[in-house]
Amino acid sequence: MRPQDILLPNAAGLCCKPGGFHIDPVRPVERAVITHGHSDHARAGHGAVLATQETLDMMRLRYGENFAGSTQAIRYGEEIRLGDVKVKFHPAGHVLGSAQIAVSCKDTCIVASGDYKDAPDPTCTPFELVPCDVFITEATFGLPVFRHGDASDEVKKLLASVALFPERAHLVGAYSLGKAQRVIKLLRQAGYDAPVYLHGAMETITHYYQSRGIDLGELKPVKGMKKAALAGTITLAPPSATSDLWTRRFPDPVTAFASGWMRVRARARQRGVELPLVISDHADWDGLTATIAATGAGEIWVTHGQEDALVHWCWSKGLKAQPLDLVGYGDEDESETPIQGEAEA
Amino acid sequence: MNRFAELLDRLAYEPGRNNKLRLLTGYFREVGDPDRGYALAALTGALSFKHAKPALIRDLIAARTDEVLFGLSYDYVGDLSETVALMWPKAALAAHNNPPPPSLTEVVTTLRTLGKTELPKQLERWLDELDETGRWALLKLVTGSLRIGISARLAKTAAAALGDKDPHEIELIWPGLIPPYLDLFAWLEGRGDKPVNRDPAPFRPVMLAHAIEDGDFAGLDPADYIAEWKWDGIRVQAVAGRDERGHMTARLYSRTGEDITGSFPDLVPSLRLPGAIDGELLILRDGRVQSFNVLQQRLNRKVVSPKLIKEFPIHLRAYDLLGDDENDLRELPFAERRERLERFIAKLDDPRIDLSPTVPFDSWEALTAARADPASAGAGEDADAVEGVMLKRRDAPYLPGRPKGQWWKWKRDPHIIDAVLMYAQRGHGKRSSYYSDYTFGVWTETENGEELVPVGKAYFGFTDEELLQIDRFVRRNTTEKFGPVRHVVHEGDKGLVLEVAFEGLQRSPRHKSGVAMRFPRISRLRWDKPPREADRLETLEKMLKAEPAEIDV
Repeated sequence: MRPQDILLPNAAGLCCKPGGFHIDPVRPVERAVITHGHSDHARAGHGAVLATQETLDMMRLRYGENFAGSTQAIRYGEEIRLGDVKVKFHPAGHVLGSAQIAVSCKDTCIVASGDYKDAPDPTCTPFELVPCDVFITEATFGLPVFRHGDASDEVKKLLASVALFPERAHLVGAYSLGKAQRVIKLLRQAGYDAPVYLHGAMETITHYYQSRGIDLGELKPVKGMKKAALAGTITLAPPSATSDLWTRRFPDPVTAFASGWMRVRARARQRGVELPLVISDHADWDGLTATIAATGAGEIWVTHGQEDALVHWCWSKGLKAQPLDLVGYGDEDESETPIQGEAEA
Repeated sequence: MNRFAELLDRLAYEPGRNNKLRLLTGYFREVGDPDRGYALAALTGALSFKHAKPALIRDLIAARTDEVLFGLSYDYVGDLSETVALMWPKAALAAHNNPPPPSLTEVVTTLRTLGKTELPKQLERWLDELDETGRWALLKLVTGSLRIGISARLAKTAAAALGDKDPHEIELIWPGLIPPYLDLFAWLEGRGDKPVNRDPAPFRPVMLAHAIEDGDFAGLDPADYIAEWKWDGIRVQAVAGRDERGHMTARLYSRTGEDITGSFPDLVPSLRLPGAIDGELLILRDGRVQSFNVLQQRLNRKVVSPKLIKEFPIHLRAYDLLGDDENDLRELPFAERRERLERFIAKLDDPRIDLSPTVPFDSWEALTAARADPASAGAGEDADAVEGVMLKRRDAPYLPGRPKGQWWKWKRDPHIIDAVLMYAQRGHGKRSSYYSDYTFGVWTETENGEELVPVGKAYFGFTDEELLQIDRFVRRNTTEKFGPVRHVVHEGDKGLVLEVAFEGLQRSPRHKSGVAMRFPRISRLRWDKPPREADRLETLEKMLKAEPAEIDV
């Protein structure tokens, strides 16, 4: 069976005809299989949704109880049959509950990895390598200039800045699902035990992480705090809030931003970031290429990001590769706009 | 090297002066000799070695990476050093051997003695040993393009803070110091004596004036002051002196103490008498002072060609004498220094150096009249290059910095127009949450009828309270957003009129309007004025004096 007879992109997303479902559809469909809870992958309005319990919970928190007609939770390593194909979930190491989806039909196995990273993350299950025939990879950081380094070193940089400027507040822009909790956890692992302050838009998901047994230490809402009392503190906020009116409540804030994009100076400057922290929930160039090689897949489909460079790399290694033109996915750091009302919190 | 790289990295993102100082002083305190000395030298531009060419860096990366991947990466990043620093794949060998990364001292001292043919291999080794930031800093250093927004003065100020010293003290002895400045740091940390300046032509920290305000005159007696024209040129210090062997050294310094002799070799032969002149650098053609626009064409040139020297003949107009041969005159009252200066210039008798005349006056009314019409008050044909008058107390010694009540500058009223706010952009650092950069325009008749055409950009001049008001206006009246830029409503009866003050106008093919303003700032918010009553482009064009067409040099 040809791989494209199993999975093929259409207007709604990646469609599995023999299985009768879409993976991470961007339009409402009858049956959706969702890799993880980020809003560009997990949308409301589908008929039936199959995802991990965490992903379903996050969709519920974000969209309300009626986000889908029906839901079914699946565990990592669990396999179920959908139509003519078998579907199995494996950890993707991207955020809590994120999964790669292996779709097998007869003797062909395709892994749709969604967003993934092979770097350690204390807030989610580590990435699992799944041997397959066709590997569908993201390419958010698909250029050899993107090498993320050790996230704990970046957190040390943040703490050194807090020590150097004790009279200033440190404002860390971080995506509210995954990145924020990882940064907090890394701060704790580095020995920082003071309260960490949260922008209102951060609270729900962060509390959900805590409810799943991830110890994040003492967290406080920043709302209602006196300006002077925020000197020397660290606050996590959605990236868009760090350049907004909202920052005026902080004493001479140092604006940090935790993102893989911070590797490139022009990107950091564009955003007016003073303390770029290269912390990414996506695989970097070395991670992408190492993973592609390790899957043993003979054919690589490359989606959202810098497809050209990664496809070129695959070809140079003798792998069959093509860009997969899926629309509607972006990097969450860039696309996040806070929900109205929460922005001023 | 990695620690120095970390400092550069942080400085490159830090917008605030005080915070930059903190970062620098913290570095000088934490890092020992001789690394910190070489860092200070790198930041003050005092390091000298042959810089690597970008082509060499390109060859290095081409040998290690795929051409297509490099092309895509360079395209994305936009900066050669940064692209190479980020994508540099370490040699397999390096991973096993793991030699420690080089120190800044090692890099600087090696570069000084390294032959041209050895450079590529050495760079390659270092690139293997350093991390991303380290590689970036190394490449910036060896290509000679640090460009991180730190002036030499700021770096010296940070070093001075190490020992609670006045940065002027460092400026005074700076010309005699040599990297890595062990004696300087020993003195700053109280472990040694103050280094002695053995430079035959040292810089002396300059004395600056306060802007005079209407209310100030009441307390001042005209008899206590000497007035001079304030020339629209560049403040310089021209110093000449003999070294131990009797050879004459001549140097030209900017007001911050930067050695700019290399840009004005045509003035050096005129500095024949040992002494230190405080004066204004001007362009003189046929004995007439040219406008600042003309002078500007001679500045910041990498190569000073014979043609440039001929087309833009440099001139020094002297107004103070700080040293006469071996004698330091700075403690003398200004009136006495002025006499010494007049004798000095007469003795020098050089066509390239003349005396800035004093402006006689016996009352503030008389001075007001002179300032309003310099041409008939003695400035004659040079009146266009006069931007106001200077008032100097007869009894004032030459004091570094901006001492109160000694020198006053009284500028001519700046040009003022009413323009309409068109676009606003967020500021940086403390202002990053405010729309504080404003593009403004004036009316002109186009094929589409009356339209506003942008004529300039200003980001200061307003008070904090006014900033809040404009920010609020921008947020409430945005018509479109383009990335960080907001289009603000600007129609005949809707919009905000800004009173913009500026120092001069210049023709500019780069601007759609064809004019560029010098030093524009917001002087008032005209909430009262409907946009349709703002100024027109023709008004600006009338202000444009006939300037000679730009000469291609």
